Formats: sequence, structure tokens, C-alpha cells
Amino acid sequence: MSTPANCPNCGAPIRFLWSSAVQTVCEFCHSILVRRDVNLERVGKVADLPPDSSPIQIATEGSYRNRAFQVVGRILYEYEQGGWNEWHAIFSGSSSGWLSDAQALYAVSFAAPIAGLPPVASVQRGQQYNFNGVLYEVTCLTRAHYRGVEGELPFEYWNKDEVLFADLESHDGRFATLDYSDPQPQLYLGEMVEFDSLGLKNLRQFEGW
Amino acid sequence: MSTAPPPQVKSLSCPNCGAPVVIRGFATTLSVVCGNCHSILDAKDPNLAVLQQFQAAERIQPLIPLGTRGKIRGDPYEAIGFQVRTITADGVDYSWAEYLLFNPYKGFRYLTEYHGHWNDVTMLRTLPEVGTSGSRPVAKALGQTYRHFQTADARTTFVLGEFPWQVRVGETVRVMDFVAPPRMLSSETTGSETTWSLGEYIDGRQVWQMFQLPGSPPRPVGVYENQPSPFGANLKEVWMVCLFFLAALLALLLFFNVFASKDRVFSGSYFFSPRAGQEASFVTDVFELKGRTSNVEFSTRTDLNNNWAYFNYALINTDTNQAFDFGREVSYYFGSDSDGSWTEGGQNDTAMVPSVPSGHYYLRVEPEMDANAAGVTYSISLRRDVPTWSYFLIAALLLLVPPIFLTFRSTGFEQARWRESDYPPAVSSGSSGDDD
Repeated sequence: MSTPANCPNCGAPIRFLWSSAVQTVCEFCHSILVRRDVNLERVGKVADLPPDSSPIQIATEGSYRNRAFQVVGRILYEYEQGGWNEWHAIFSGSSSGWLSDAQALYAVSFAAPIAGLPPVASVQRGQQYNFNGVLYEVTCLTRAHYRGVEGELPFEYWNKDEVLFADLESHDGRFATLDYSDPQPQLYLGEMVEFDSLGLKNLRQFEGW
Repeated sequence: MSTAPPPQVKSLSCPNCGAPVVIRGFATTLSVVCGNCHSILDAKDPNLAVLQQFQAAERIQPLIPLGTRGKIRGDPYEAIGFQVRTITADGVDYSWAEYLLFNPYKGFRYLTEYHGHWNDVTMLRTLPEVGTSGSRPVAKALGQTYRHFQTADARTTFVLGEFPWQVRVGETVRVMDFVAPPRMLSSETTGSETTWSLGEYIDGRQVWQMFQLPGSPPRPVGVYENQPSPFGANLKEVWMVCLFFLAALLALLLFFNVFASKDRVFSGSYFFSPRAGQEASFVTDVFELKGRTSNVEFSTRTDLNNNWAYFNYALINTDTNQAFDFGREVSYYFGSDSDGSWTEGGQNDTAMVPSVPSGHYYLRVEPEMDANAAGVTYSISLRRDVPTWSYFLIAALLLLVPPIFLTFRSTGFEQARWRESDYPPAVSSGSSGDDD
């Protein structure tokens, strides 16, 4: 599963935890590397990430609905009421999903390939949408700043600035996110989860805890 | 994999007054309050820029000192923030305290306190369905229906410690409370965003135990909106038990009624005249009372008209000479006056002799009448093992006492609860002086 490669910028070895990763970040020189055929191309550099206190980190392991996962990357966002992490996790060693941590409120979601998503201009709080037979209501629109990436991602994601997210909730504990970072919106469907239910291992340590 | 050092508690100085400021919530903290000069500082700014300074009418001491760790449902939490929020209703301010608790893994939860009433509050992880039931709003979440209690504008009036949001004194949010004791749902709306939280009523003594606080918690005053009723909790059970016993009692009654022998064990007809000068008393033949120890129903039927008679009875056991002595007066009068016809008394009498053992018995009878009376024809009949309804009735009434008492207390408690809501119960008749 590990594909040996070297950072085209600093020559450090790049080990992939997930063979399908499209993008990764060199741990040593923080270059953003994108796979082009068999080569790694340096497309940019990650600025120093602001201090954050997510207990999750790269290589954290857990399980969701009896599927083991491992965290391989993340996208960090900030907005006026704080920041949150979208941790990229690989489930059952192959499929890609997301474990988000917004001030220790956790959710697991997966990209849902649904066509005909509402365009950005039409989304408003209180609006309802039916995805896969479940009714969701827009509860929150968040204009966030992309602050950086770490590790392996399933797509190229680095030259972002301000991005808009619409959070939607159902009445039975499910949630959805409409991600308007790209011209083509992307839908993620998932649910809020309790920290304890994930059985997380290899967590970050906090002094005094 | 990650090389970042473990986050640490930060000790800084207030840029305004120089007093020490501690940040315990790591990077989650957005605002921190200087406890000395009441400056609200930007925790994300390396220089802790002053965002707001507020005047506090009084220095409020949190009951749980900030920095104290407690254990809630098995997990350690540290009290890191404290705010007082106030609503004004009919010109009166009502304030409650909120303690922000933090665990870097499990996140945030709150303890709220109002007049000694505590709630353990967490963020709700689902969107409640708000509708109406009758004329009142209700919110449904996690399979439970919560009734709307009140809507109010709550403003932050005092803050200490740190917060994972941009806290400001004077900021107002619209709060809606829905209750299903011991739980409650609260929504807070600021601008366009609404957040929901779930509170569960807990005893102050539990809070003291969680945080190992010295002394004892303030005594709760009045009834809180989601305080579980000490009467309501088992009211249903008490009624169920009562109804069960009533049903059993009824079954017993039917059983006795069906299976009671009600045997006529003796009957005889006699004539008595006080003028005859004869010996009034006589004894009957011996008869047998069978079966278990049981009652004997004694019926006396007479042809008395505007007259009275007194019967001295003795039921005597020939085997043991045990005697059941008693007397019955029978009188029957009738006539008419300006109000019409009237009657008083009756020609017949029934008496119950309880707990008569089986055996051979005879009766000694001694009638008495006025010396001038013409006489009386009467018959005596005895029945064995007759069901007595009155005992069942008394038992049934006794059974009903606890649930009725409890229902009464429970209703009083619920009325005290809802008096503080947007839906005060109608004031009972007779009292006046409603404020308008």
C-alpha cells in the first residue's frame, strides 16, 4: 500500500498511507504535492497552521458503524466563531470519508454523488431539500477561510481562499453539508457522532489531561 | 506522525491591568475575561487585544470556582467559563448562572443554576421538529415531545473565564424553552443562527459531589421549569397498583358472592302477647352451623303496626356453651299530617353476627312489648356465610386514599411549575388581584 516516492522539493521520502491519494503534503518542507501520473508535482507550500486543539491527528484510528478507519489528512477552516477540521479518513482501507471536529463536536460524512444540487445563489437558511429520500433543512450558512491542509486528500485542494458551506440537518439526527468551494457544488451526507462511539486510538495528548 | 507538541495551559497577563489571565481551553478559546478589571480579551490575538470592558454592579463569585475539575458521567470536565444571563419580565430581572465545562476530547457542556436548581446541558445533536399541539408550541426530538414553557430575550450580564465564542456583556439572544421533566430543550437564536441544547435537571448535591465542593449547595427555591415532580414520577404506578388491588378486591367480592353458601340454617314463626302472662322466653330446637367460622345473618320479620317490640336473642353453642347475646328493637309507625303521610322505622330487621364457629346451636328468644300491646306475630330466620359488602367498600375507599392524595399534591406541583411559564394556570375562583 505504501508507494515509495521522494519530495521533488527537498528529496525527503514521501510515504502514502492511502494508495488512492491525489494530494499530500511533505512533512519536512510543507510542499503541497499532487500526483500527476506516476510523478509528484509540487504545486505550492502550506503556510504554518495556526495552533489548534483537535484531539485527532494524522494516523488516529477508530471505527464507525463497524468499519475501521484511519485518519490520513485534513483540511483546516476558520470562521468568525472559531475553526474546525475536516479530517480525511480511509474506511476499511479503501473508501474515503470525513470526520469533522468543530470544537469537539464530531460528525462523520461521506461524499454523496447526487446531481442537480442547489446552486449557491439559491441556498438560504430554513430551506428544505430532499436527498436520498430524507428531508434536510438548511440550519446554517458558514463563510469560512481555508487555512491549510495536512496529509493525504482524495482531491487537489490548496489554492482556496473564502469558501461557503451550507449545513443541513434532518429531524432524525442526520446532517448534510453543501460544499461550494468549487464551481460544481459537492454534497456530503453523514451524522453527528459521540466521541466515545468512535473508539479512537492514537489521539493527541493534552498537557494535564 | 504529527510533530506538534501537546497543547498547554497558557498563563498570560491582562494588557489593561497586568493581572494574570489563564487560558485552559487551548485553541478552542476565543475570548477570555480578566477577572480583575473585567476586560474581555481576544484570545486569538498574541497581545490579547481588549475587545470590551464591562462594569459589574457586583463581583459575582461562581459557586464552582473556575479551574475546578469534576467528573460528569464518568468523564473529567474543567470549569473554564462563567456567565450570568438575565431576562426581564414585567419589569423584574431574573438571572441565572451558566458554567462552561471543558474536556479536550469530549468537548463542552454546561451546568446552569437558578435559585439552587441545576441543569446538565449538552448541545443537541439533532434538529428538533417544532410544531403545535393544541394552541401551544411543542418540540419533538429523540422520540420525546417537549412542551413550550417560555420565550424570552436573555442578555449576558456578567462573564468570567473563557469562552469558545466571542462573548460580550450586553449581548442578547432569544431563548425558547421546551420542557419534558426532567429534560428540557432550549433554542438560542442570534441573528440567523439557531442552536439547540438539551438540559437534564440534576440535584445540587450531585453537583457538589461531582466537583468535590466544600459545604452544601444552595437550597432550591420554588419549582423549576423542568424539575421532576416528586409526586408525578410514580403517580401512574400508584394508580396502577391501586386499580390492580381494586380489581382484585372486586374479584374477591364476586368470588365470595358466588361461593358463599348463604344457607338458611334456621327459621321459625312465633306469636307473642304481653298480656298472656306467660313466660316470654323460649328456646328453639338445635340446628347445625357448618363449614368455616363465618358470619350469621339474623332476620326478624314482624307484623308490627304503630308499635314496637324488643327481641333479646342468644345464639348458644351446645358443645361449648359459648353464647352470642344481642338485642334488636323493631318498631314501625305511620300516619299523616299537614305534610302528608309519613312512616318511621320498619317491620323487619336484619343483624349480622360475625365470626361464628361451626357447631350445634340453639336460640334463646325473649320478646318484650308494651304491656298494653295486643301482641306480635314474627318470624326469625338465620342464614350462614353471607358476604358483607361494607368491608369491601371500606377497603376500596382506603385503597383510593393514597393515589387521590398524591394526585392532589402532584397537581399542586405542576401548577407551581407552570405559574412561571408563558402559560400560567388559571387562578382558582375567589382570588383576585391579577396583574395586568
